[in-house]
Amino acid sequence: MAKTIYVDNAATTAMSDAAIAAMTPYLKEIYGNPSSLHTVGQVAKEALESAREKIAKCINAQPGEIYFTSGGSESDNQAIRSAAYAGLAHGKKHIISTAFEHHAVLHTLKKLEKEGFEVTYLDVHPYGAVTAKQVEEAIRDDTALVTVMYANNEIGTIQPIEEIGKACKKRNVIFHTDAVQAVGHIPVDVRKDNIDMLSASAHKFHGPKGVGFLFCRTGVPLKTFIEGGAQEKGRRAGTENIAGVNAMAAALCEATGNLEKNMKKLAFLRDKLIDGLSRIPHSKLNGSRENRLPGNVNMCFEGIEGESLLLLLDAKGICASSGSACTSGSLDPSHVLLALGLPHEVAHGSLRLSLSEANSEEDIDFIIRSVPEVVNYLRSISPVWEDLEKGKRPHLI
Amino acid sequence: MLYSEKVMDHFTNPRNVGKLDDADGIGEVGNAKCGDIMKIYIKVKDGIISDVKFNTFGCGSAIASSSMATEMIKGKPLSQALELTNKAVAEALDGLPAYKMHCSVLAEEAIRAAIKDYYDKNGIEYDKAQFPDPSEGE
Repeated sequence: MAKTIYVDNAATTAMSDAAIAAMTPYLKEIYGNPSSLHTVGQVAKEALESAREKIAKCINAQPGEIYFTSGGSESDNQAIRSAAYAGLAHGKKHIISTAFEHHAVLHTLKKLEKEGFEVTYLDVHPYGAVTAKQVEEAIRDDTALVTVMYANNEIGTIQPIEEIGKACKKRNVIFHTDAVQAVGHIPVDVRKDNIDMLSASAHKFHGPKGVGFLFCRTGVPLKTFIEGGAQEKGRRAGTENIAGVNAMAAALCEATGNLEKNMKKLAFLRDKLIDGLSRIPHSKLNGSRENRLPGNVNMCFEGIEGESLLLLLDAKGICASSGSACTSGSLDPSHVLLALGLPHEVAHGSLRLSLSEANSEEDIDFIIRSVPEVVNYLRSISPVWEDLEKGKRPHLI
Repeated sequence: MLYSEKVMDHFTNPRNVGKLDDADGIGEVGNAKCGDIMKIYIKVKDGIISDVKFNTFGCGSAIASSSMATEMIKGKPLSQALELTNKAVAEALDGLPAYKMHCSVLAEEAIRAAIKDYYDKNGIEYDKAQFPDPSEGE
């Protein structure tokens, strides 16, 4: 079996040693319920609050503004519904978002549309970003919420969050951002960025799965999502995941502490990878080259289909992902790639490589050697490629 | 794993890949927009498929289905090839995930299209009802 080169870190990451070390005591010795008054419980309570403080500090928030959740999807659901219903109480039924949000956001918005809300989905242009001006122009007197992701999970493009936050503040509209791909990877400062609500997930920055947080600025109304006990100030019932929360705090502290160093390393590897793979004829980088996450590469190769590309790369030990329809189990390729204006037949041939600090330059060299081999082979057996080469079908990229 | 060992074998080591420059019949089905196109070339001698090759643009199960289907009709009389069902292809591959069954349908359709092309080119009479247009109903 070939060495495994894991380049699917936008899907999930390996837990860091620091995160595992921070987690284990709470699985074994410190097992108390933070709601218990006895010592065993109170030790756990202290650990919970200490984790909250650490996480708040990493994004320049106050500890009281951090609510622990089960992850990014839950945070998105709670934030969006909360802001929508708060608006509704004042007769506001309009929401602004983008066409390429994560499904945790998009599907929540679709549900709200069925409940009578009106949603404006902003165009993300071929380079994969909205502008603050678009948001400003879309804001109406009855706009309850603007929700724009910090960085896109598929193509890694970073949105002008600070400017969008400013525009929302000016018009007194709640601003939520799904920052699942950004937190721990690029600088995130909720004060500087004028963010009212922010979703994050631990397993995207080397923490454990099943735990995340929602930042909700003091004064922004937050509705209870899970009814029950008084945990998380009554906004999210259920005995806290102390082990997970502590591991998340350790992972985030480590990630933000090494942010500059990691960003530099990843951007170097990313750029080398993009340059190497761009030498493949009729290939295309998806999303802006400059304005993207340090670890994200997303490309399309004409005349081939993404799932077969993934499987053959996997056979070489390379773990990546694709936005092809066949990988999603649906009939359409990725909504993100379609939102960029890519034709279906091109979007089917997409490949996402999302790097982590654990990847080496040798890994990148191996990928640069392997991808063209697989692409060339698949093209050699593709009737679509034959038609493209014979001029029976026009090249689209 | 998503796929059976058989599917992975026929995907990573496909049989009958290629083209036949002197093909007697060619069938192409599918749609690039939907993410899969299958093209099957047949050579016919005395009513028997003496050689068969395929080119496929598509996912792992599309390539594996093409490989298996061509194996199943090679050396067989046309009448027998026409009886090949998508279910038989999928079964020979030890099954396909439910949402991938259409790949085996494409293989069946591509074979029928190639045989129809052979009949048309050679002025051989056939029952039109036996060859419904696969593009209908899309």
